[in-house]
Amino acid sequence: MSSTNLTLIRKGTIITHDKTIHNMDILIENEKIIDVDTNIDIDQCDVIEAEGLYVIPGLIDMHCELCEPGYDYRESFETGGQAAIAGGFTALTCNPMTNPIIDNKTVVEYVVNKGHNVSPVAIYPYGALTKGNQGEDMTEIGGMQLRGIVAVSDGDISIQDSKTLKRVLQYASMFELPIILHCEDHSLSKGYGVNDGYIATQLGLEGSMAASESLMVAKYIAIAEELRIRIHLAHISTKESVELIRAAKRRGVRMTSETSPQYFSLTEDTIDGYNTFAKVNPPLRKEDDMKAIIKGLQDGTIDVISSDHQPHNIDSKAIEFSLASNGMSALETALSVSYTYLVKSGYLTMEQLVDKMSHKPSHILSLNKSFFGVGHLADLAIFDPESDYVVDARNFKSKAKHSPYHGMTLKGLMKYTFVEGKKYTLNI
Amino acid sequence: MNQEQRGEPVNYNKKHFLDLKSLSASDIHYLLNSAQKMKYVLENSKGYVAPHLKGKTVATLFHEESSRSRLSYELAAQNLSAKVINITTAREFNQKKSLKEVGTYVDKMGADFIVIRHPISGGPHHLAKYVKASVINAGDGLNENPSEALVDLLTILEQKNSFTGLKVAIIGDIMYNRVAKSSIWALIKLGAKVSLAGPTTLIPRDIEKTGATIHHSATEAIIDADVVLCLKVQEDRRGIALIPSLNEYKKLYKINKTRLSYAKDDVIVMHPGPINRGIEISSSIIDKEGSVLDKQQGSGIAVRMALFHLHCRSGGGSLHV
Repeated sequence: MSSTNLTLIRKGTIITHDKTIHNMDILIENEKIIDVDTNIDIDQCDVIEAEGLYVIPGLIDMHCELCEPGYDYRESFETGGQAAIAGGFTALTCNPMTNPIIDNKTVVEYVVNKGHNVSPVAIYPYGALTKGNQGEDMTEIGGMQLRGIVAVSDGDISIQDSKTLKRVLQYASMFELPIILHCEDHSLSKGYGVNDGYIATQLGLEGSMAASESLMVAKYIAIAEELRIRIHLAHISTKESVELIRAAKRRGVRMTSETSPQYFSLTEDTIDGYNTFAKVNPPLRKEDDMKAIIKGLQDGTIDVISSDHQPHNIDSKAIEFSLASNGMSALETALSVSYTYLVKSGYLTMEQLVDKMSHKPSHILSLNKSFFGVGHLADLAIFDPESDYVVDARNFKSKAKHSPYHGMTLKGLMKYTFVEGKKYTLNI
Repeated sequence: MNQEQRGEPVNYNKKHFLDLKSLSASDIHYLLNSAQKMKYVLENSKGYVAPHLKGKTVATLFHEESSRSRLSYELAAQNLSAKVINITTAREFNQKKSLKEVGTYVDKMGADFIVIRHPISGGPHHLAKYVKASVINAGDGLNENPSEALVDLLTILEQKNSFTGLKVAIIGDIMYNRVAKSSIWALIKLGAKVSLAGPTTLIPRDIEKTGATIHHSATEAIIDADVVLCLKVQEDRRGIALIPSLNEYKKLYKINKTRLSYAKDDVIVMHPGPINRGIEISSSIIDKEGSVLDKQQGSGIAVRMALFHLHCRSGGGSLHV
């Protein structure tokens, strides 16, 4: 017994992407699950009483900025990893929007090594599609792939020139890596962070047209369809985008898509009073868009819910709206917001939510994670589905201690996270 | 006239003056009523300096050049015995830090009022979060210029006695005119009917949700109007053409005799100036006797005096000894 480390999770409700089992015991030895059964009887082990709690595979985030290298005053692998654990995530990806940008094998190597050394959760880098995310010259994807990137993406920047886009997509497609694309026509929107509509008029701000997103979605689909390239569209926010993707999937276009919690829980009105904490790109949209996003999640048009964690320090948020940075600290609220607004409201089942926040991301990125059963790594999240809690952003583990959800009452309080068998007890 | 309209026992208790959008009809009536009183004093006792702001300091912080409106703020402050500091930064508005830093610095130096004109919408609202002084918005980005709108409203009130049921046609570039935006918010609250006309590229999105009606024919908007508010037009903004030419604009939107004949007989025509003569309004209307165009400026100082007076009472300045 001395060399092994045993943990028993007792009488939890296990929920995976395809099944729910009540009253199950799970036995973890070191990094692996060694038994799943009713009434496991064993002495001398750490016991977690999980009656009434949900035990789910660790969440996997497909859209996240960890700000290293270069912007570690905003977030680091260490603090980002701690925020992940607090939110039930056991694996993170990182966008290449760093300094230097992750657009060559040396930076990839740095991220992989440093991430491995200092972060409590697994970190999988994305490599840039174009050098410096400039939307012009192609990167050496082959070299980056050998060093460990799991996808290619230009982060929250879209390649504007159609000819360049076609060439970049064509080249990237031969590596069989997911191509993750942000959807924004910059001639109609330059990250204004406010939807073009009545709220923009009320506040005297220049707004981002919904069409700036759907135009880009249509363009990506047209190229991907004709050239038979697989694409993944990031943080979808409008009704029109959902409709375009739904129709494309019906035609058999090889694509997946993702949205983030703010697009099915908050509307554009949240930015009233120049609330920069709700300034995100794409911007918060209208009620109708929210409904369409939820419908898209229900019928599988939208495959994944990612956190869209984009941490900023307070100085770039506590300024005039037009100068404030886009993005929010989201890892620690992603699950509870999704659970409250989708599962508790009856739109999705808990299995579907696990599918969108863990199973599908693992599948799309070929991470071979999100498996639950004897012999598999113990990457788990355990949360209380019933009791309410009030979001207090000041207690975030992330360096960005602010959120548009601050002060809101949510359900889905995280209790424990296991990363490869290592237990983290969370007390918010 | 009800109690509110007489401006009597309304509980106007606001620290900052940021916009008209968030004020109630009775707040606006109260402000206008105070301005009327100030105007009466101004006109009837020339040279009299009232003691209301004795010992207080007004700082004008203008991030955009403006002689007219700064002058009226400074005169208003002096008329009420306040000290005036002027900080105008002609340089191109500098990145992130400056507003909060400059603002809080001025605040710590003991300003009781900060009158701010800022190129970014919401700039004054942002500053208001960090200072003890009362912030007076003298125009922010594309958002509002509430005090200038009060001047227009005062003129309308003087001419028409009431806003209820009044039809006000606003013609021209509404998108980039923050005075017009303030006026729209206020007029609707005050019970006026507002009709807007201008090129589609210069009409803010979804503005009809305010209750205003949108027309693309100037004549249509002017039918039965009691007031025509004519706005300044510019061909392009930062190099992007918003209308094909002034010539085309003139054909479609110039206020001329024919168009004006569709309004009520006692219509008043207003323009914030400076006027592009013959483009926005035809010369014959500008020069016609009885036109109120030149009377607007007289109310400017009175409105600002009222603003200082009311916001002083409700808690402006605190570090002052």
